[in-house]
Amino acid sequence: MTIWNKGKPIDMELKKKMYFDMLRIRMVEEAIAKHYSEQEMRCPVHLCIGQEAVAVGVCANLSKEDYVMSNHRSHGHYLAKGGNLKAMLAEIYGKATGCSKGKGGSMHLVDLSANFVGATPIVSSSIPVAVGLAFGTILKEKRSITAVFFGDAATEEGVFCESLNFASLKKLPIVFICENNFYSVYSPLFVRQPPERDNLSIVRAYGVAGEKGDGNDVLDVYTLAQRAIAHINQGLGPYYLQFDTYRWREHCGPNYDNDLGYRAEDEFTTWQGRCPIKHIEESLKNEGIISDSEVKEMVKRIHEEISEAFDFAKSSPFPDPKSAFAEVYA
Amino acid sequence: MDRIITYAQAILEATEQCMAADSSVYIMGLGVPDPKGIFGTTLGLKEKFGDNRVCDMPVSENGMTGVAIGSAIVGMRPIMTHQRVDFMLLSLDQIINNAAKWHYMFGGKMKVPLTIRLLVGRGWGQGPQHSQSLQALFAHIPGLKVVMPATPYDAKGLMVAAVEDDNPVIYIEHRWLHGTFGYVPEEKYASTMGARLMRVGTDLTIVSSSLMTLEALKAANVLSEQGIEVELVDLRTIKPLDEKTVLDSIDKTGRLLVVDGAWQSFGVSAEIMAMVSEKAFDSLKCAPKRIAFADVPTPTSFALTNHYYPRAIDIVNTARKMLKMSEVTEEEAGICHQAPLDVPDLSFTGPF
Repeated sequence: MTIWNKGKPIDMELKKKMYFDMLRIRMVEEAIAKHYSEQEMRCPVHLCIGQEAVAVGVCANLSKEDYVMSNHRSHGHYLAKGGNLKAMLAEIYGKATGCSKGKGGSMHLVDLSANFVGATPIVSSSIPVAVGLAFGTILKEKRSITAVFFGDAATEEGVFCESLNFASLKKLPIVFICENNFYSVYSPLFVRQPPERDNLSIVRAYGVAGEKGDGNDVLDVYTLAQRAIAHINQGLGPYYLQFDTYRWREHCGPNYDNDLGYRAEDEFTTWQGRCPIKHIEESLKNEGIISDSEVKEMVKRIHEEISEAFDFAKSSPFPDPKSAFAEVYA
Repeated sequence: MDRIITYAQAILEATEQCMAADSSVYIMGLGVPDPKGIFGTTLGLKEKFGDNRVCDMPVSENGMTGVAIGSAIVGMRPIMTHQRVDFMLLSLDQIINNAAKWHYMFGGKMKVPLTIRLLVGRGWGQGPQHSQSLQALFAHIPGLKVVMPATPYDAKGLMVAAVEDDNPVIYIEHRWLHGTFGYVPEEKYASTMGARLMRVGTDLTIVSSSLMTLEALKAANVLSEQGIEVELVDLRTIKPLDEKTVLDSIDKTGRLLVVDGAWQSFGVSAEIMAMVSEKAFDSLKCAPKRIAFADVPTPTSFALTNHYYPRAIDIVNTARKMLKMSEVTEEEAGICHQAPLDVPDLSFTGPF
């Protein structure tokens, strides 16, 4: 069960840990991007480079017993919740040792030992399932919180509102986390939502409390998530958090795609200038919490872990072709 | 000794016994705890098991199907009901994309023991959006099971089987069967998910399901008087399909007539004919035939539905044709329709 350290400042160790976790996600994603052209990862990948702070800031508030569900852009959420890196990469490589035995790929990550319950790419479709996890925990009298991550486009689906309504009706222990990166594939927010639209008004109309924050500032994310969880722990029902952030790479794949012209170069460079990892790194350095050599040490450690995980994924066996016909039914 | 109850009572009894046996079983759906209790199939459950386990729900079919799936993942066994199959179409995303594939796409790590009860409407002006039989649509999706009980015995047995199954099961019940009577044991039992021989014969195999099995039984009795012995296979389960029972029967009779209470094209009848043609072509003495609905939406006026739904006489005459015999009239066949085709029997006076 998550315990809210009310009013406590975020301590040094936690700040350092969150920095490390973000850096680790970034380096994993960059390694995927680097290896992708080898044509061995034969499934779509939706990288979250630029969006690491939301995953880490939220998951730092969750305990192991709490559930997380995600969407197509789930690597960061999976790793932040404690998902197994080797099993994730093996899954992307389509190997038998993958977290879904090669039947899911990057878009269907799961690690039940970390209570990362799953990710699905149909926009918004994991949201009601997450609400169902929360409902199930109530019926089973378990004290877990559920967190579900989704993008801005998911708030345009009808099932998003259906989910808010039921979560509110039953005062379910769930936190809805919207990562607003302003694009759904190549469709910008302004062609999809009227400028007057305010998701906080929408969720509040359903009786769900909510707040917006800076998705590139992990401390802001952490603080708002902490508040959300305190609210839920008081039995006040679900909470909605919306964080503005930005994806650096293309919607799907390892490359940059600014040449397509769907987003302006200066918009991109502005957001890149607000890199969530650089942001926390600078502040940690200014406060004297972390030194250059510590950062180097972290990079080295992560690099070794990643290299080992890629070796594992690449050297793992492919699933037996017969296994494609297994597990249709439980 | 033989206890006779209705199909609707059999569903209620199965639900009650499943809920009593396992606290993870709960039932949810629009109107579940209301005074009419889904045509009597959920009456009294709320009083016995409380609001939490017998819940009404917001009018959000897709969202609530997702909720049911999520709760199943963490160990509940939900039964979801829809008073008409047509409303359940709003939840196809959750059923097809999530429920059906969850076990598979996560490498067998999770299961979704979810039962979805769908009522097929017919007659009394149910019309295009209150009468659809979509078993073929669900049976097309890997990971789903589809059951269609025809008798009160199987209404209970298949409900227990569905609830106890670790997979999503689409349980299709026909509104016109609710009032039918039959032998139903009091104890809790599960029917096998497979076909049942309703009648043993030598001349012709009829394969049918749900309400059409009753029409086929009627026709088989008439045909028997005319010297034609029908073997009647009640499918009970559309998916997985019990191929063996069908093929064994074809081996014996050499003639196949499929009667399906749904549209003909691309449907269950097409699948069964294809399966038999592939696997038992040499046993066939004549071309297989089928009786199903014409490819038009169900009209509302009873003047139109009277000509829309196939009846026993159509089965009789198709069978006779397959045996190179001439057609007979209803009078000659001794079939007496007491009521227009928009009511299940004369006691039915609407509204639905």
